[in-house]
Amino acid sequence: MPTIEVNDLYIAYGEKIAVAGISFKADFGEVLTLLGPNGAGKTSTVEAIEGYRKPSRGEIRVLGLNPHKELSKLAPSIGVMLQNGGVYPRMTPLQALRLFHGYYKKPLDIDYLIELTNLKGTLKTPYRRLSGGEKQRLSLALAIIGRPKVVFLDEPTAGIDPEGRLAVREVIRSLKSQGVCVLLTTHDLEEAERLSDRIIILDNGKIVAEGTPEQLMTASSGDFIRFSAPSNLDLSELAAELNTAVTEERAGEYVVSTKATPEGVAKLTSFLASKNIAVGDIRAAKSSLEDVFFALTGKKMDSEVVGEQSDRHRRGRRR
Amino acid sequence: MKPYLAQARTEIRLALTQGESLLVTIGIPVIVLIGLSLTKALPLPSTAKSATSFLVPGTMTLAIMATGMVSSSIATGVERSYGVLKRLGATPLGRPALMAAKITSILVVEILQLAVLAVIGLLLGWHPEGNWGLFALSAVLATSGFAGIGLLMAGTMKSEVIIGAANGIYLIMLFIGGIIMPISSLPGAIETLARLLPAAALSESLYHAIGVGGGIPLWAWLNMVIWAIGAPLLAATSFRWEQ
Repeated sequence: MPTIEVNDLYIAYGEKIAVAGISFKADFGEVLTLLGPNGAGKTSTVEAIEGYRKPSRGEIRVLGLNPHKELSKLAPSIGVMLQNGGVYPRMTPLQALRLFHGYYKKPLDIDYLIELTNLKGTLKTPYRRLSGGEKQRLSLALAIIGRPKVVFLDEPTAGIDPEGRLAVREVIRSLKSQGVCVLLTTHDLEEAERLSDRIIILDNGKIVAEGTPEQLMTASSGDFIRFSAPSNLDLSELAAELNTAVTEERAGEYVVSTKATPEGVAKLTSFLASKNIAVGDIRAAKSSLEDVFFALTGKKMDSEVVGEQSDRHRRGRRR
Repeated sequence: MKPYLAQARTEIRLALTQGESLLVTIGIPVIVLIGLSLTKALPLPSTAKSATSFLVPGTMTLAIMATGMVSSSIATGVERSYGVLKRLGATPLGRPALMAAKITSILVVEILQLAVLAVIGLLLGWHPEGNWGLFALSAVLATSGFAGIGLLMAGTMKSEVIIGAANGIYLIMLFIGGIIMPISSLPGAIETLARLLPAAALSESLYHAIGVGGGIPLWAWLNMVIWAIGAPLLAATSFRWEQ
């Protein structure tokens, strides 16, 4: 029996279809990431699996239970990190940890969690006065305090500080090693690539691709070499020499569709040398999840977020 | 049981450490009781034996309304808007135990409030007269009604709106709830309205139960029973856990 099983899930809010018939599974010891831009249906999916939403159609099982109907049976075995809030605004992190400690049969040690999520300096500050990153770290600690078998982290790195980013990585690694099933949502490609065993790319409520990060990146356009040089070079000669496609992406920015092996780079540089072409730089570039996403949807991951959830801090893209 | 106890402790601590809330639950009732007992600035019912025989039950009504309706609606509304209720729904606490913890907290705070008002009343010369059983029954019925109204607001309104609405109702009830002056001294139409709202029924009941003795009139019983059942039902059917 899979830990999480989703079959033909539909979620509609009135006329608007948020999730349009998706199916997937996740197992113990696996980190599964739902990746997609805001509005792709990630949170709707996760909240249905957490039992908050009743699917319009389809079936969900978590540890063999129907999360919407049997949430009280499921609750002791799951840990939830909501996208926002979840803690009494006047409560300090220490009080919140103590309260949640009281909810579970065999909770984790509070001092250990404080250490793990680096909350030491914030223990006496009311929740509403914590920074975004501190709130996220507390929320993460509360998600794992009950030794859950399944953990849901909805955008754990959105608006987070560098310490929080490390804490999230550390926590996910440790959960995975203990055989916990982790379901993560993010629009942060770097985190998805780094943390996931498997990634499901969602767009407009549908699954557009699924696989390990490596599979997804190999399946797309492959690796390439980028270099900058004076604009308007004669590309046909270069392409013939290297026996592969060469494009000028922007004026003076060229992309060679070949693996960035020493041999490939050597061929390129000797050609450039023979023509006495001044080179700005040469970079071996791996195809990124961003390229994969763009190839699949024709969209940039960050393109349609304006106006949606504008309160959330957004991190810059990495390249 | 352990989650319920952890939650009840937290609810009580939050209720007793919120400044604005303490002002309406303890501060204003105490000020009204002392101020009006000493100055006798407002009319008393003709049947009153002393100012305190009317004002102790009156300010206890105010206190019960403040905790049951004002502070619980504001606190629960804030919890809803901060996603606290949502988050707690996915813990082993669960919603029934959360509600039980909230009710426990309301009752504990009320006992403290009523004890403070009783002690101050005694110091001001109040001689309790009547029936403590009727007192407890009226207090519980009215608490259910007020808490129902509070949760109805908490589960359907935005938290900023709740703060305004709850304090507004508190202020209006202060004047037309038989708390600081008898409803018989109000103009006819307002007196009729007051008899339909829950505050006057409680103040009338407590006035007989511990102020001057005698039976509780039928209209007050009907009023309290209807609010005690109707308001929580309405709250339960309309409550939205997420904002």
